[in-house]
Amino acid sequence: MELRRGILKKNDELAAGLRGRYAAAGVLVLNLVSSPGTGKTALLERTLKDLKAKGARVAALVGDLETDNDARRLASSGAPVRQINTHGICHLDAEMIGKHLDGWEGVALGELDYLFIENVGNLVCPSSYDLGEKIRVVLLSVTEGEDKPLKYPTMFNSADAAVITKMDIAGPCEFDLELARKNINEIRPGIRIFETSAKTGAGIEEWLGYLAEARKGRES
Amino acid sequence: MHELSLITSVVETVSDSLAAYPGARVEKVRLRVGALAAVIPETLEFCYGIAAEGTPLEGSQLVIDVLPVVVHCEPCGLDSEIEGIQSFRCPKCGEPCSELRQGRELEIDSIEIEEADEVKR
Repeated sequence: MELRRGILKKNDELAAGLRGRYAAAGVLVLNLVSSPGTGKTALLERTLKDLKAKGARVAALVGDLETDNDARRLASSGAPVRQINTHGICHLDAEMIGKHLDGWEGVALGELDYLFIENVGNLVCPSSYDLGEKIRVVLLSVTEGEDKPLKYPTMFNSADAAVITKMDIAGPCEFDLELARKNINEIRPGIRIFETSAKTGAGIEEWLGYLAEARKGRES
Repeated sequence: MHELSLITSVVETVSDSLAAYPGARVEKVRLRVGALAAVIPETLEFCYGIAAEGTPLEGSQLVIDVLPVVVHCEPCGLDSEIEGIQSFRCPKCGEPCSELRQGRELEIDSIEIEEADEVKR
């Protein structure tokens, strides 16, 4: 008997629903994925603060197995932030996002310009779960080694943009930037790559410019 | 390690599809899994034994067809299978390919069942 059913059909349907909601609200939604410790929270802290300073309306959902440490860190930016604790689950899924958007006190999608979703630190499982995002951003830090894209091709191939983080310590780490760029391009040809340091602010303007462009594309 | 939740979903979907065949037992479940689907076939098989326990799928065979990645080459206008998942280039001309035509599948393809009244027929 033929079934031909997607195993993730339920998630895909929920994600399609979310995508419709984001579009109707005119909010640009990004899904940030990386290994644990790459600097998703640091980049997001900086991004929320700088976008807010430019007058943009921003918010973030942040996924972790346990603790609300990241949400508290991000809340210092003044932007609304909501923690999602997965309690052992290695990824966020569309159902979790939907539940946390509903009943998020004081936050209406229609009043946001950008919504950032910080996924659970994991370069494998989150690649299978569509959250309805417009842009999936994969992060790679200079401490991780240039061959990470080759080791985790399923994630890097599914990304729409890549951010190399902690560029301020690239020297001491003997990070080979050209090799990293080449490896990313081998797995995901033509992807936009940003070289950033959340600490010094290097590359952040270019990153914010990309977000603004992407948002305009969203509106048109 | 999200294989167990994926397999649990497979077991649920297959069990639901048996609604029209009361008492039927599943003999074989066939999956289509792309090389870029981020799952390990061996782990799926291991989890299957656990998830199938106490369901009409208990004791059935799980067959996993792994599908290679197929890229679309803009200049050549061709779809081609690539070997492995380390380099996404057209095997004919070497051009980098950003468009995939196959490789992310995560599907239940088909099932084989034994109906309750099969012996009588």
